Amino acid sequence: MLSIKNLHVKLEEEDKEILKGVDLEIEAGKVHAIMGPNGSGKSTLSYVLSGKDGYEVTEGTATLEGEDVLEMEPEERAAAGLFLAFQYPVEIPGVGNMTFLRTAVNAQRKARGEEEMSAADFLKLIRARAKDLKIDADMLKRPVNVGFSGGEKKRNEIMQMAMLEPKMCILDETDSGLDVDAMKLVAEGVNALRNAGRGFLVITHYQRLLDHIKPDYVHIMADGKIVKTGGPELALEVENNGYGDILAEVA
Amino acid sequence: MAEAAVQQSTTDARLASLTLPTGGWSEVARKQAEARLRKMGLPERRDEYWRYTRPETLTQAIAVPAALFNNDETPIFGEIDRLSIVFVDGVFDAEASDDLSLEGVSIERLANATSDLHWARDLYGTLEEKGQTPVPRPLAALNTAYATDGILIHVTGKISKPISLQYFHQSETSDAILHHVIRVDAGAEVTLLENGPAAARFNKVMEVDIADTGVFHHVRAQGRDHERRAATHIFARLGAESTFKSFTLTANGVMTRNECVIELTGDDAIAHVAGACVGDGDFHHDDTVFVTHDAVNCESRQVFKKVLRNGATGVFQGKILVQPGAQKTDGYQISQSLLLDDDSQFLAKPELEIYADDVACSHGSTSGAIDEGALFYLRSRGIPEGPATDLLTLAFLAEAVEEIENEDLREEITGRLAAWLERHRS
Repeated sequence: MLSIKNLHVKLEEEDKEILKGVDLEIEAGKVHAIMGPNGSGKSTLSYVLSGKDGYEVTEGTATLEGEDVLEMEPEERAAAGLFLAFQYPVEIPGVGNMTFLRTAVNAQRKARGEEEMSAADFLKLIRARAKDLKIDADMLKRPVNVGFSGGEKKRNEIMQMAMLEPKMCILDETDSGLDVDAMKLVAEGVNALRNAGRGFLVITHYQRLLDHIKPDYVHIMADGKIVKTGGPELALEVENNGYGDILAEVA
Repeated sequence: MAEAAVQQSTTDARLASLTLPTGGWSEVARKQAEARLRKMGLPERRDEYWRYTRPETLTQAIAVPAALFNNDETPIFGEIDRLSIVFVDGVFDAEASDDLSLEGVSIERLANATSDLHWARDLYGTLEEKGQTPVPRPLAALNTAYATDGILIHVTGKISKPISLQYFHQSETSDAILHHVIRVDAGAEVTLLENGPAAARFNKVMEVDIADTGVFHHVRAQGRDHERRAATHIFARLGAESTFKSFTLTANGVMTRNECVIELTGDDAIAHVAGACVGDGDFHHDDTVFVTHDAVNCESRQVFKKVLRNGATGVFQGKILVQPGAQKTDGYQISQSLLLDDDSQFLAKPELEIYADDVACSHGSTSGAIDEGALFYLRSRGIPEGPATDLLTLAFLAEAVEEIENEDLREEITGRLAAWLERHRS
């Protein structure tokens, strides 16, 4: 599904290398988690994959089902099936949540040469998705993320994911700022989307999210590289012992 | 002295190109206005309220010709049930206009109104004259003196449909001066629509007198002709518990100066004036607003948004004056520009002058670019850069557009803005 090979990335503005050769292979139907200390490059990886400005790829490749995503505009990546749930969802005053999502759904459909979704079908679908995530009608009408609590913002991200039905979902610290109940709700939303055709990359600091979203693989990232890969037990090891032991072991 | 001499000669040259209409009930007012104008002279660059906008093309004797614009859009307000009054290059077109009789209102042409219309005679030029203090508005005095036509609307009830003034620009050299007078009686209500570029050069004054509890709504679209020039004035006087709401859409136009002078004279009155303008390239748009609170517990809002690109210029000069005794005044003023590139500029001069101690007045003025974070967020959901930028731009304009109360009209204006943005993507 998503294949990352020897990815090197530096900041555009300064000569600072953030990713120093990331290799990662995410298969359809699998959930991969990336953990790592602050500043290890986890969020940079998610931004580079989704096409945010300010980064320069100096070496390596990233392909989605064989297509070079690094050459695509952000909207083309989205239409190709890539989705990033933001760590800090952006507030957009003046743009209604519903208008925004309907524009997004239809823009993606148009880019893929599909027919636009009718207003009635869209309404039906978004109501069902919103209900699953306990998002009320008022939140759908309000401007995108404006005045939303931390939990509401993250639920809104997952609802967008559910509406857009991407092939490859990247969740960047979706658990940050969530209380236990909100985390469960978000995890249920993610689990409902797990299927054989969809890949997940879950970036997190803490093991607790992985109690709810059970990963197939766990990777430890440090200083711009993946330094260790294992099963769910690796996350538990981090939880119990911190990163120190693992980093010392690979050094 | 040299400057005064130049001003004198500009005024003389302009007036030499005009003929003062004589006869009828407006003759006295016209003569007085001409005297006012001669005394103050036409605007010059050094005048305090003309520092950001060059007055030359608006004051010179002969109008600069303006190419006709091939507008491929369906005419705005076309779907709205309305009473249509048509002017072509400043001349009333009876054939194209609807029958002027309608329940609850009497409508007459200024050029025809030779009979003694008391209400109009008492109003014509009076609000304009009052509006000359403390800031002179010479182009409005010129208008009162030399207007060749206009419409006189006396609203006595709640009117069933909007009155729509449609202007058409069909001659490249037309130079139109229209003066409208509107009187809204106590408890009466009217919506006035205006659309179209009226001429190569257009000087328009609208005097609006709203009696206690009267309601006046105004939605205007100034037309898309790139080369047209316009100087317009609205003078409004509000009685107790009355409402005045005016919105202007300006898309294109090499020179636009819209002045709005509002006086709240009765308690508990509400005055909102708003504008959304979009300009690309050779575009200069100036909103100059003066709101005077002279009564208790009145509310005023000034909401102006400008989207500028490729060297376009936007100007805002807005003032709230709170007179002694005008307690519980609630005054709000916001002027914002969205600059879509580095070449465009926005010049703003917000002013507050307050002589009462129990008032709430706020004002703000900002100039900014598209929020890159928001743009990336939209694009990451699959919305291409062009439509995503349009969505954010419409969101920026929304506060002004939302000042329009009627939903159909609001949607009509939003649709025009969206279409303009789509045509003017980078």
